[in-house]
Amino acid sequence: MAYDKFDVLTSSAVPLPIENVDTDQIIPARFLKATEREGFGDNLFRDWRYHPDNSPKEHFVLNNPIYSGKILVGGKNFGSGSSREHAAWAVYDYGFRCVVSSFFADIFRNNCLNVGVLPVQVSAAFLQQIFEAIEKDPKAEIEVDLPEQSITILPTGAKETFDINPYKKDNMLNGFDDIDFLLNLEDDITAFNAQNPL
Amino acid sequence: MSKTLFDKVWDAHVIKKIENGPQVLFIDRHLVHEVTSPVAFLGLKNRGIKVRFPERTFATADHNTPTRNQHLPVADPLSANQLKMLEQNAAEHGIPYWGLGHEKNGIVHVIGPENGITVPGATIVCGDSHTSTHGAFGAIAFGIGTSEVEMVLATQCILQPKPKRMRINVHGKLNAGVTPKDVALYIISRLTTSGATGYFVEYAGEVFRDMSMEGRMTVCNLSIEMGARGGMMSPDEKTFEYIKGREHTPKGEAWDTAMEYWDTLKTDEDAIFDKEVSFNGEDIEPMITYGTNPGMGVGITMGIPTADAVEGGAATYAKSLAYMDFQEGESMIGKPIDFVFLGSCTNGRIEDFRAFTGIVKGRKKAEHVTAWLVPGSHKVEAAIKEEGLLDILIEAGFELREPGCSACLAMNDDKIPAGKYAVSTSNRNFEGRQGPGARTLLASPLVAAAAAVTGKVTDPRELLELATA
Ligand code: SF4
Repeated sequence: MAYDKFDVLTSSAVPLPIENVDTDQIIPARFLKATEREGFGDNLFRDWRYHPDNSPKEHFVLNNPIYSGKILVGGKNFGSGSSREHAAWAVYDYGFRCVVSSFFADIFRNNCLNVGVLPVQVSAAFLQQIFEAIEKDPKAEIEVDLPEQSITILPTGAKETFDINPYKKDNMLNGFDDIDFLLNLEDDITAFNAQNPL
Repeated sequence: MSKTLFDKVWDAHVIKKIENGPQVLFIDRHLVHEVTSPVAFLGLKNRGIKVRFPERTFATADHNTPTRNQHLPVADPLSANQLKMLEQNAAEHGIPYWGLGHEKNGIVHVIGPENGITVPGATIVCGDSHTSTHGAFGAIAFGIGTSEVEMVLATQCILQPKPKRMRINVHGKLNAGVTPKDVALYIISRLTTSGATGYFVEYAGEVFRDMSMEGRMTVCNLSIEMGARGGMMSPDEKTFEYIKGREHTPKGEAWDTAMEYWDTLKTDEDAIFDKEVSFNGEDIEPMITYGTNPGMGVGITMGIPTADAVEGGAATYAKSLAYMDFQEGESMIGKPIDFVFLGSCTNGRIEDFRAFTGIVKGRKKAEHVTAWLVPGSHKVEAAIKEEGLLDILIEAGFELREPGCSACLAMNDDKIPAGKYAVSTSNRNFEGRQGPGARTLLASPLVAAAAAVTGKVTDPRELLELATA
């Protein structure tokens, strides 16, 4: 699926200092009935964001106008649970391009990279610094530099580097996806299939 | 060089290694269901391409299907549309489709093994995280996202970095009343829900060797709940016995060729794991969860741990207990419950129904308890009837529903109401997983049965003793 290229992102951030945020919270199962990839942002964190009667829960951070931006900062073990890519779509569709946490669940991380959301894993101490900076000033800007693989809290200047697979990095920088790459291996795939015992 | 079981299967499927990048892995079998596939098929359409190997692809309807009156049109228009899309997509691409009412229909991870789609040494993927189930046969099986579903449909390959290797040993024997589900919940409670993230797990030791194939499937199924990419076990006589003669397994000469490969599927003695942990089977008692992730489980006679005894943030812990309306330190035994759910790809196989029936036999369902008994497939359903289990269940005041995922993810009408407690044999107790506001206690079929007849959390061993006394 095509997505916008990612280069350097400078934005304020939305804090969600909760651990083990699972994909059932990010997008509850009842919103998975769609057959197209649109409109998932409206239901991002649906049950934390809205009461059963659809009125907003005032205390939830996405309903607090002080916080905004293209970066979501979550607690440890973000995105555990179901493999639903809809969770990553919802994050992207809502307007986030980057999720920062001190630890990501595997499938969610993969899904993010496949749909154009950059997962940035930082140390627990750095994550804490980000939360503190936002608490001090909700408009505090964070700079995520993909070519450099660094993340900087602009008001304090604190900086950390992060890991990303070079292949995935290249894809992100160019807005490419894996299928284009695989389709070019057609001959290898046909040959492999022919000698495969199973 | 010495290799682990995982290395052997993985390396046999690598088509190409990208320098500093992921590897291109050939996928032998691809299972498809209605929820995570429509956007992938749409992607193929936009690219103007067809499914590369339809004969390696199998489709079923399970996640979003009613468990009653399956012969009638599906009432919810969105669900009906999703089912129709899968049927159309399967027809268009020449993929076998086992829709509602089809004799082979059922939960994707139950029907794979039943029909011999799951075989040792294969690579198997599906857009569902519990694909790890198939690892019980010595396959590398893992859940994927929709972009990856599209990738596999288009090319039969997937790009994946190779996970690290982890071995989990459980030695010794299990005590009476302790099931494979308890073993898995015990391991997760020790490792936490992120303890195996980045790893592919091999289960080894006497406890797993002694388990039936059904039990092994339950354990591998729950690998994802400790964060692992998947879990697997070496195939043995039990494995070959189970798969032999099933519809899609190799036959004749092809079986012999496959057997040569399957015989090699053991971890070499001096192979190295990146991480290894060991437990003793004797230390495990029937388990139950008290919180909102599968790692928050305890032995049923132990109390809920206090915040200082658990890893992770106190605020997160408090939030979880508040959702459940439980207090730290409280006993789990005796807590009143409202619903019981027997089913899912974790515990919806025939052995699970036998275990459940063993306890409720000669007893009655507690009046205030609503019980949903949902077989994992039509074949399981048929076996329940043939073995006479259905009569016993009906006698005890239960009824049987039609197969599907049902209350495991509550996409259909089977939703636990807000605030109600459900003892569930499924795999996730996340907030709202079984319906908005629902409170889930994960446990084995034995614990579920004990709760169903007593109306509260009960140690199943007490009822087992009475039954055998
Ligand atoms: S039963 Fe639950 S976990 Fe299993 S395939 Fe269905 S939804 Fe997924």
